[in-house]
Amino acid sequence: MKKKNIFTIALLFAALGAIVSCKPKMGKQSVDSSAASSVYIAPGQYDEFYDFVSGGFNGQLSVYGLPSGRLLKVLPVFSQNGENGYGYSEETKPMLMTSFGFLPWDDSHHSTLSMTDGSYDGRWAFINANNTPRIARIDLKTFRTSEIIELPNSAGNHSSPFPTANTEYLVAGTRFSVPADYENGDVSIADFAKYFHGHISYIKVDPKTGGLSLDFQLELPPFNFDLSHSGKAKSTDWSFFTCYNSEKAHTLLEINASKNDKDYILAVNWKKAAEHAQKGDCKIQNVKYAHNVWSEEKLTATSEIINTVKVIDTKVVNDFLYLIPCPKSPHGVDVDPTGEYIVANGKLATNLPVFSFDKIMKAIEGKQFDGNVDGINVLKYEAALYGEVKTPGLGSLHTEFDASGHAYTSFFISSEIVKWNLKDLKILDRIPTYYSIGHLSVMGGDTRTPYGKYMVAYNKITKDRFLPTGPELCQAAQLYDISGDKMKLILEFPTIGEPHYAVAIPADKIKPNVLQFTKLADNHNPSMISSPKEARVERNGQRVDIYLGAIRSRLIPDNIEGIKIGDEVYFHVTNLEQEWDIPHGFAVKGNTNAEVLVMPGETCTLKWIPNRVGIIPFYCTDFCSALHQEMQGYVRVSVAGSNVPLKFSIDDKSVKELK
Amino acid sequence: MLLLIVAAILTAISAFMSLWRIDLAAPQYPEGLVLFIGGFDGVSGNLYGINELNHYVGMAKIIPSEFWEFQLLPYLLLGFAALFLVSAFVKKKGLSLFSLILFGIFGILSFVDFYYWTYTYGHNLDASAPIKVPGMAYQPPIFGYKKLLNFEAFSQPDLGGYLLIAAGLILAFAVLYRFDFFGLCKKKSV
Repeated sequence: MKKKNIFTIALLFAALGAIVSCKPKMGKQSVDSSAASSVYIAPGQYDEFYDFVSGGFNGQLSVYGLPSGRLLKVLPVFSQNGENGYGYSEETKPMLMTSFGFLPWDDSHHSTLSMTDGSYDGRWAFINANNTPRIARIDLKTFRTSEIIELPNSAGNHSSPFPTANTEYLVAGTRFSVPADYENGDVSIADFAKYFHGHISYIKVDPKTGGLSLDFQLELPPFNFDLSHSGKAKSTDWSFFTCYNSEKAHTLLEINASKNDKDYILAVNWKKAAEHAQKGDCKIQNVKYAHNVWSEEKLTATSEIINTVKVIDTKVVNDFLYLIPCPKSPHGVDVDPTGEYIVANGKLATNLPVFSFDKIMKAIEGKQFDGNVDGINVLKYEAALYGEVKTPGLGSLHTEFDASGHAYTSFFISSEIVKWNLKDLKILDRIPTYYSIGHLSVMGGDTRTPYGKYMVAYNKITKDRFLPTGPELCQAAQLYDISGDKMKLILEFPTIGEPHYAVAIPADKIKPNVLQFTKLADNHNPSMISSPKEARVERNGQRVDIYLGAIRSRLIPDNIEGIKIGDEVYFHVTNLEQEWDIPHGFAVKGNTNAEVLVMPGETCTLKWIPNRVGIIPFYCTDFCSALHQEMQGYVRVSVAGSNVPLKFSIDDKSVKELK
Repeated sequence: MLLLIVAAILTAISAFMSLWRIDLAAPQYPEGLVLFIGGFDGVSGNLYGINELNHYVGMAKIIPSEFWEFQLLPYLLLGFAALFLVSAFVKKKGLSLFSLILFGIFGILSFVDFYYWTYTYGHNLDASAPIKVPGMAYQPPIFGYKKLLNFEAFSQPDLGGYLLIAAGLILAFAVLYRFDFFGLCKKKSV
């Protein structure tokens, strides 16, 4: 090689090196050395907050402790849970019934908490099912799903289930507009504007029991109702919804629903709406929806189908709701602790608009309207606007608040949180998230009395943040200290499912009320037994009921004979323990079903269709005691029509002989 | 006289209360387990859980209704209260001395009985028990601390027991007073 050539190659490499070093630096962020100690909860110590995090596409509700970020429990709500038998046991199957039949899965997005006077009261959590519209109530004494109500005329139950300030109502808006259930839905999709409607549901919450009932619905133009928040303090009587797809597109929404510069915020005076519904300014429409209730007394759920709903046609009755123009394809709509500022997060907007409740009221009074949509008055943008935060970031999604007049907005595209001042709309600080944040949650950030202190970012993309687990990764949350002027990243933790909205509440509002175990005397499940002596096997035609007792370290009875092919067997397992944290599990070999995990003093029923002749073992699946491995038994399965008599025993004796 | 009334009241109250308690602690029971002895329940506290644990080492189930002692105990104490009240009003030196002696005998017999039962429960183990530790017995202490496998046991008087001890001391003092042990014979009777 000639010298000249070598020189040229060297020059080329040097030039390449220069180009490579020009590549943008994506260095890792620095974390304060004090961060570890600020989130460290010593073994045996408790976290300051319970954090209820929606499970997204796992359909559940997860409970974390903050500031440690420790996962405490995943509560099954809308998806079957083989781990404890939720949705598999006969007692819990009715919880997942809908007008479509039994649904094993859903997509849960927004966890919210019951409120009194605009602040969390620690009684119930609520969460929506997005796919097949439903709302669930979780009792925070037992951390069990207590109720699920289906919503007719809806699809993509996304703007849900945001409570009013005293939990009078939960709101639920449909993300997909669809033909109403009470109309013929067999229409051409291209006739969207003609046949499709939006519906918003107002679900009444019984102040004593928490019981849910669908009080009334609003029939609206076919927009996509994306998110919601209820007013507080002076705006208590109002609820606010974001609407996108004001274009009424029915296909390629990515392009066709992004055309208008402004979509809308829908402001609904729900008190007035409720009065209309009560007065009868509505139609009773024929629909079909399920209402499922768990009874703590019977430790069993029941499901019923309801056939009517009151619908207010807003083309006719519309003196209680207004549209406010809002740039552009708004996602979250969030109300500050004073109830005055309403922040609308335009996904595709350059600026972040902040509306003033006082100005909205004045504009309504002064009839400062800019036409109407299907009879609903549209307010003039400027008449309702308090101001805009100028170019805060890209892709704003959600805003939360602290108690000192600051707002925190998440930006998906620029992957950051921006802190700004509500009064002068000036940007105060910004901090990256890893990566592409969706929801954010300031402790108590959607109440009249935020606790502040911490903020959590719930992100959509994790990539290189943790040890890789193949193509399918966890999602991530970051915890920030917001007690000072500058936001500080102090912790990061993986989450399960896909976290959307989350709400955190001081632990002392819940911990003192938590149930430890059910007293056997309070267990009114009709299949329960209260002592080992009551254990028995009963045959009724081809149905066999096995009433089984579980107590350290035995299953009573543990030898059962006389089961035949063609039988339908129900194991009613009662955990006879009366001590906290002594659960027993129960599983049967070859059962095309899950296990049940039975808490002390409770009864769960597991169905089993034997399909093989022979000896089938069953056992306790929860390592309950030193002799847990001995906690097992056998069922003898004989051919159909066999003469083997029905027999059950323990220690080769009748259970009656037990001491 | 006043002292004897006080002793009678304390004894009567103790009839309704737990006299003795045995506290148990183990790694998986950080909150502790406790047995209360006395009152109309006989044995109470975490009886259910303790029976559940005891079956592993073959100890018999403690069923309070099977003890004649516990059926009798509260009435016996109420009887003593009545006796003290009578001695308070009858003002016979002899009667108060008799009360004291009887109360003392009752105390001693109670402890003998308590020891007997703990011994029986701790030593009469079911031969088919799953956990057998050679040479191990499970007699709980009647007073003070003892380690029993993974459990630490501590036995001590409960509030009712302290009331009885106080009643006994007051009674003794009253008797000594009536017998003029303190040389104050000119004073009025107590």
